[in-house]
Amino acid sequence: MSKMPKWADVALIPFLNVMIAFALSGLLIYATGKDPFVAIKTMIEGSFGSTGGIGYTLYYTTNFIFTGLAVSVAYQAGLFNIGGEGQAMLGGLGVALVCLAIDWPHWMIALPAAMIGGALFGAAWAFIPAYLQAKRGSHIVITTIMFNYIAAALLGYLLTKVLKVRGKMAAETASFPDGAHLPTFHDMLAPFGIAFNPNSPANVSFILALLCVVFYWLLIWRTRLGFEIRSYGESETAAIYAGISPAKITIIAMLISGALCGLMAINNVMGEAERLIDNAVEGAGFIGIAVALMGRNHPIGIVLAALLFGFLYQGAAELSFWESIPRELIFAIQGIMILLIGAYDNMVRAPLERMFVALAKEKEE
Amino acid sequence: MDFLTIIQILDSSLRLATPLLFACLAGLFSERSGIVDIGLEGKMLAAAFLAGAVAYWTGNIWLGLVAGIAGSLFISLLHGIASITLKGDQLISGVALNFLAAGLTVVIGQSWFGLGGRTPSITGGARFQSIDLPFAEALADVPVLGPIYSELISGHTILVYVALLAVPISWFVLYRTRFGLRLRAVGENPSAVDTAGISVVKLRFAAIVIAGVLCGLAGTYLASLAAGFVKDMTAGRGYIALAALIFAKWRPWYALIACMLFGFLEAVGNRYQSIQLGDFTIPVQFMQALPYILTVIILAGFIGKAIPPRASAQPYIKER
Repeated sequence: MSKMPKWADVALIPFLNVMIAFALSGLLIYATGKDPFVAIKTMIEGSFGSTGGIGYTLYYTTNFIFTGLAVSVAYQAGLFNIGGEGQAMLGGLGVALVCLAIDWPHWMIALPAAMIGGALFGAAWAFIPAYLQAKRGSHIVITTIMFNYIAAALLGYLLTKVLKVRGKMAAETASFPDGAHLPTFHDMLAPFGIAFNPNSPANVSFILALLCVVFYWLLIWRTRLGFEIRSYGESETAAIYAGISPAKITIIAMLISGALCGLMAINNVMGEAERLIDNAVEGAGFIGIAVALMGRNHPIGIVLAALLFGFLYQGAAELSFWESIPRELIFAIQGIMILLIGAYDNMVRAPLERMFVALAKEKEE
Repeated sequence: MDFLTIIQILDSSLRLATPLLFACLAGLFSERSGIVDIGLEGKMLAAAFLAGAVAYWTGNIWLGLVAGIAGSLFISLLHGIASITLKGDQLISGVALNFLAAGLTVVIGQSWFGLGGRTPSITGGARFQSIDLPFAEALADVPVLGPIYSELISGHTILVYVALLAVPISWFVLYRTRFGLRLRAVGENPSAVDTAGISVVKLRFAAIVIAGVLCGLAGTYLASLAAGFVKDMTAGRGYIALAALIFAKWRPWYALIACMLFGFLEAVGNRYQSIQLGDFTIPVQFMQALPYILTVIILAGFIGKAIPPRASAQPYIKER
């Protein structure tokens, strides 16, 4: 019996949650003896004040769009995919194997091949938990958590024992061939006479991420499969009654989710590092949870939430540099935001609902 | 591999199993009452940090223990309010609290000590000292049993023995007391418990508090063992404990076995970089992943079926 207007649900509540999260984070910064207003100024200048900063912000945003979409697709089917981290790690492996396979002549040829590699590996890593959920009833939250750790161990093994360059200390693969180099914003904008910092990592993957947003929108709201996914997520019994196979939807939704996480590796592995390093994902799989929750699983919401977290990530890097506030501040902010939106939702929602109900009554009288 | 090496590996298995056991029992109480607890990791981390900080300031690990439990309880109650009072999503709350703890401990640690999130190392009375059981010295020379007693059983810190004791106590509380019966019932069918006139909210909060105290012990143990707090020092142990809980199918004695097994795997992994089995080499990463792989196999139902308490992860909404 929600009497709330739609705009309050999709915009006002997330906005209030972000404000509360910012206020709490500000209090935290204040409590550690720093000035929160200086901190926010440092963050904004650092992430939007220069093309270098913007490049980093958009680079992180790209990662989070992929993982946010991934969590959302699964969420539409009523599945909570915490395994984005592991799926993105495996995606990185797929992308690295493709990029190292041959001496690519041009990135336009390397990119589709790498996309297939990343998506395939990411999807494969999501398949096992999906299958176990669909056929054996093993809870997907627990199995995807376990698969994150198994992925970390697997990549640790491959990077130290199998893929490592002989005679080098670092646990990483060889650098990708020049033909697998993706154009950065600097390369892309130079022909238009726009100067963009050549050292910033934002690259063509950002456009790929936006295309995935469109794909997500089309899939979920404009296809039969999307309808089936949403119906199943809404009510399992109703979906079964309508002839939708739960096992099929569970597995397909998770495959798409894993593939999207795997595609993230186009940005961080192929676009930025240009080799596979240890811990390349840097928690982006988990940020996807916050992005999906905050974006209300809506394409535009996801892009905005990803941008917010891109800003926070780059801003936190600046904070640790200039203000010696540790980067882990981002974990605290992320924790507060996920907690507020995902678990403490009723704290903000219930009073608002009461308020709107009271307002509606007043109008009637 | 000689006898003494085996004893040493088992000795370090016991040491490494202790925090798992505390956390696993914490999860046991929480999940048996119907509250899924992914936040074991965060509770342990908060406890380890506060225990390390207070033990450093006061030079007394017992005060550290009190602080550690308080820190863990704080996270626990945040989870309780989310899952019981506000009827929010328990899985999401647990994930969020793990992040919150990972962030807060480092940010606050940096502002208190300026060491990049570490606490200064703690020594002497600021750590738990090992306890030599009676006659450990005298019996050390007895063949076979001597080393087992003096090396393996004796010479641990107090919390190792507390953890071992906590297993029969948990069993007794859950299966032989009225409180335990009600707790198990509320995890299976809360409306039946409510109909009987017993408060679901109170029972679940009691479980949350017990889980908080046990995770506080786990975290303090880690801080004492490592002589201080280091950022992210729990390193996934909360999730291993969760795995152990599933492995044990939510039963206390099996929790002991599961934690010992996972502790043993970690001990072997720490000691050998790789293990030769004939021509085949088992890499250390496989040992690290083994607890998770085993848990997935158990969850898949290939070795018996792991069925969680029926009402877990569902907020209880009283009928009106």
